[in-house]
Amino acid sequence: MKSKKKFVKWSLTFITLLLFLITIFPFFIVVINSAKSSLEIITDPISFPQKWSQLFTNIKTIWTSPSVKYASSVYNSVIITVFSLIFISVFSAMAAWVLVRRKSRSSTIIFLIFISGLIIPFQVVMFPLVSLFRNIYEVSGVKMLRTLYGMIFTYIGFGAPLAVFMFHGFIKSIPFELEEAALIDGCSKPQIFFMIILPILKPIFVTISILNAIWIWNDFLLPSLILGIGQDVQTIPLAIAGFAGSFVKKWDLIMTAVLMAAAPIVVGFIIGQKHIIKGMVSGSIK
Amino acid sequence: MKKQAKDKLVFWLFLAPALISFIVVVILPFFMGLYYSMTDWTAIAGVKPNWVGLNNYKSMFSNLAFQYSFIRTFIFTLISVISINLVSLTFAFLVTREIKFKNFYRAGFFVPNLIGGLVLGYIWQFIFKSVIPAIGGLFGINFLEELLLLADPTLTLFGLILAFTWQYAGYIMMIYVAALLNVPQELLEASEIDGANFWQKLWNITIPMIAQAFTITSFLTLVTSFKQYDIIVALTNGGPTDIYQGTVVNSTELLAMHIYNVAFKYNNMAEGQARAIIFFLVLSVVSIAQVYYNKKKEVEM
Repeated sequence: MKSKKKFVKWSLTFITLLLFLITIFPFFIVVINSAKSSLEIITDPISFPQKWSQLFTNIKTIWTSPSVKYASSVYNSVIITVFSLIFISVFSAMAAWVLVRRKSRSSTIIFLIFISGLIIPFQVVMFPLVSLFRNIYEVSGVKMLRTLYGMIFTYIGFGAPLAVFMFHGFIKSIPFELEEAALIDGCSKPQIFFMIILPILKPIFVTISILNAIWIWNDFLLPSLILGIGQDVQTIPLAIAGFAGSFVKKWDLIMTAVLMAAAPIVVGFIIGQKHIIKGMVSGSIK
Repeated sequence: MKKQAKDKLVFWLFLAPALISFIVVVILPFFMGLYYSMTDWTAIAGVKPNWVGLNNYKSMFSNLAFQYSFIRTFIFTLISVISINLVSLTFAFLVTREIKFKNFYRAGFFVPNLIGGLVLGYIWQFIFKSVIPAIGGLFGINFLEELLLLADPTLTLFGLILAFTWQYAGYIMMIYVAALLNVPQELLEASEIDGANFWQKLWNITIPMIAQAFTITSFLTLVTSFKQYDIIVALTNGGPTDIYQGTVVNSTELLAMHIYNVAFKYNNMAEGQARAIIFFLVLSVVSIAQVYYNKKKEVEM
């Protein structure tokens, strides 16, 4: 009985290890091949590189190539992600708070409009959206396409429904007495929100930011429409699509670029593992 | 009176940033799209679209490329939902057992989910094109050495499903893990004393206890499979070509990509928009039906 249990335990451990190795195999392939020259990668894609220093040569090639614009893409990806995260969270929290606290028919209707955004797939709105942005430019001169602020504005709109929904659910559970006490002490409404409510919302902020960060950092279709592949303003996925899709496949450089795109996320994940897993799972269940 | 007016002002001021951007980006384009789908819209500035009624919708269903894409999307979605759920459930069972380093394994299975579809599409293209033949060569397996997976319409679809399962199973696993950890240990122990074997415990206790998780995971996998775009762009870009009822079609041009191509590659904005609306309707109906069915099952269990 005991030896049978031990056998089961060992075979389970073995199966898990095997599946784990299969899962990380693609990462292994990326790492060993990003340190190869274009010739080496064709002749032998599965052995270790002859010299690891080739990795730095490849990184330098990508980083400095004027056609790839990798450095500015990294900068743009960071700017777009950070500002979208902040604005989505703060604006949605503001909206959710007034929607919860003001009980009227208009609050209910507006909340339902936000929720409807959760079921509208991007494909239905993408063509009219681009056309609308073009019209806005012709009428007012505000350039929404191919600019950073246009991109961030678009993310606020697409990120708002889920964020409003999640904040709404959480704010409902905050006792109103807390705000009443502050009102009696002479706080104004905006003061109450920024000094009292916002700090309480911190755990939801973390969850929403993690969900949105992964979405925005990796997003491809939306920025390809708003910013355009190969245009002035590029994000990392756009830059990779631009040079991987254009010429004869330079797999050595593609693998290096893939490594450079994936490394920051994987490192970030290792640091904030617990929060990330919890945030992503609770986000899905809601 | 004055206070009430001020409250109203605060209400609209706080609402404005999120509401305005949401309306401009989602709601307005949604209604514009409904209208455009019934016109001969070209998206060329200054050209006013003409009303054509339901013509774009009527022509769609007799269009062979659309029919084909529709069928392929359903096959892809069906097999993906099954494969992702099987793999993730296996992962979840393993990492909730008494094994060493289970948190480490959990994290490992989860990591592919953080990689964007575009990036991982290129990784898998390289694996299918170079790595698998090289492995075949190393071990002298002719079949693998000569396997041109991305040249065969059927195999390519399975290649896509494999890449997508690799990306998504770790995420779905986490939902199953959360559900499995909630199954009361006493119940399992009691049944063990009564002489229940592994399969009996699985079928009669564990699966009914995680029924709610099934509703969530099948909804998520269904919707995500149906909308798949990024991985396909990088892995196959719609290819290779296939013959459907005598017409040349792109074998992995699933609906999301089909809509994009009709509008931008073949310059039929209005038809692309009409197909997008059908896409939205089918997605809503299928996902609502699925949740409704599962909820009913949940109660029965």
